[in-house]
Amino acid sequence: MQQDVLTRSAAPAPTTRRTQLAEGVRDSFSAGLGIFPLGIALGLLIIQAGLPWWLTPALSLAAFAGSLELLLVGMMATVTPLAAVALTVLVVNFRHVFYAFSFPLHLVKHPVAKAYAVYAMIDEAYAVNASLPEHERSAPRLLAMQIACETYWVGGGLVGVALGAALPAPIKGLEFALCALFTVLTLDAFRSRKELPSLLLAGGSVTVALVLTPGMAMFTALLLFVGLLLVRHAVTARRTSQEAAHA
Amino acid sequence: MPSTAYLIAVLAIVFSITLALRAVPFAVLGRLRGSAIVQRLAVWMPVGILAILAVTALHGTITADAHGTWYALLAVAVTVGVHLAFGRRTILSVGAGTAVYVVLLNACA
Repeated sequence: MQQDVLTRSAAPAPTTRRTQLAEGVRDSFSAGLGIFPLGIALGLLIIQAGLPWWLTPALSLAAFAGSLELLLVGMMATVTPLAAVALTVLVVNFRHVFYAFSFPLHLVKHPVAKAYAVYAMIDEAYAVNASLPEHERSAPRLLAMQIACETYWVGGGLVGVALGAALPAPIKGLEFALCALFTVLTLDAFRSRKELPSLLLAGGSVTVALVLTPGMAMFTALLLFVGLLLVRHAVTARRTSQEAAHA
Repeated sequence: MPSTAYLIAVLAIVFSITLALRAVPFAVLGRLRGSAIVQRLAVWMPVGILAILAVTALHGTITADAHGTWYALLAVAVTVGVHLAFGRRTILSVGAGTAVYVVLLNACA
C-alpha cells in the first residue's frame, strides 16, 4: 500500500522521493521560525493560566491552529460556555474554507495521507505551498513540510510548558516571525503570478475590515475579498462573452 | 480551575469544527473542479489571502505592543529589503526582520 503511493507520486517528477522529502523539510524551516516560538508562548500561557500541562499537546493536536489556541486558553481558564467556544472556533477558523480553492490536495493519493494533509492544512502550510511554482510541488514535499510544522508546534508547546513560569520575563515579540513570513510569501506569490488586481482588492478589503471590525479583521477581510473576486469574475465573464460576440 | 470533562469537551468541539472547515470545501469543490469560477478563484486567491494574513498579523503584533508600532513597521521594511536584496532567501529575510523587531522591542521598552 505504502509502496504503491511512493511509486505513483514519484514517477512523473524528475526528482527522487528522498529529494522531495528533503525539500519539504527545508520548506518548513522558515515557517518553523514562527511556529516554534509561538508554541513556546502557548505552553507558557497555559501554565500561567493555571491549566494542566497536558492541555498544551492535546490542544495542539486537536486544533493545530495557532491563533485560535492562544485565544482558547483565556476562554478555558474562565470556563466559557461550550456554545461560545464553538462559535469562536467557527469564526476564527472560517478562513480555511477558502484554502481549498488552491491547496494542491489532488497531488496526495493515499487516503490516510490525504486525511492528514487536510487536517494539517494550517495557514503556514497553505502559504508556503501557495508561493511554490506548480511543477515543484509533490505529495512527499507537502506532507514532509506539514509533519515538520506540526512537530515544531507540539515541540514548542512542550518546551513552553517545561519553561513554565520559571522565566522571569519571557522574550517579547517573537510572534513577529509570522508577520515577516506572510510578508515574504506575499512578495513571492506576487512575483510568480503578476496578480496586481487581486493584491489591490485584498488591500482594500483588509483596510475596510480593520476600520469597521478591528476585533475580527481577518474574518471580515476574507469575506470581502472573496465577494470582490466574485464581482471580478462576473465582470471578466461578461467581457469575455462580449468579445466572443464581436469576433 | 475547569474540570477535566469540560476541557475534553472543548478539545472535541475544537477538533471537529476545525477539521470540518478544512475538509468540507474539498468535498464540495471536487464536483466543481472544472468550472470557470473555481479555476479563476484558485489563481486569484493566494496572493490576496497571503497579503491579508500579513496585514492582520502585523495588526495583531501592533495591538499586542502598541509602543512598538514603529519597530514593527521598520521590521517589515527590513524583511522586504533583505528579501529583495539577498536573493529571496526566506529564512534569512524572516530571521532578519524578526531579530530587528525583538531586539528593538526588548531593548527600548
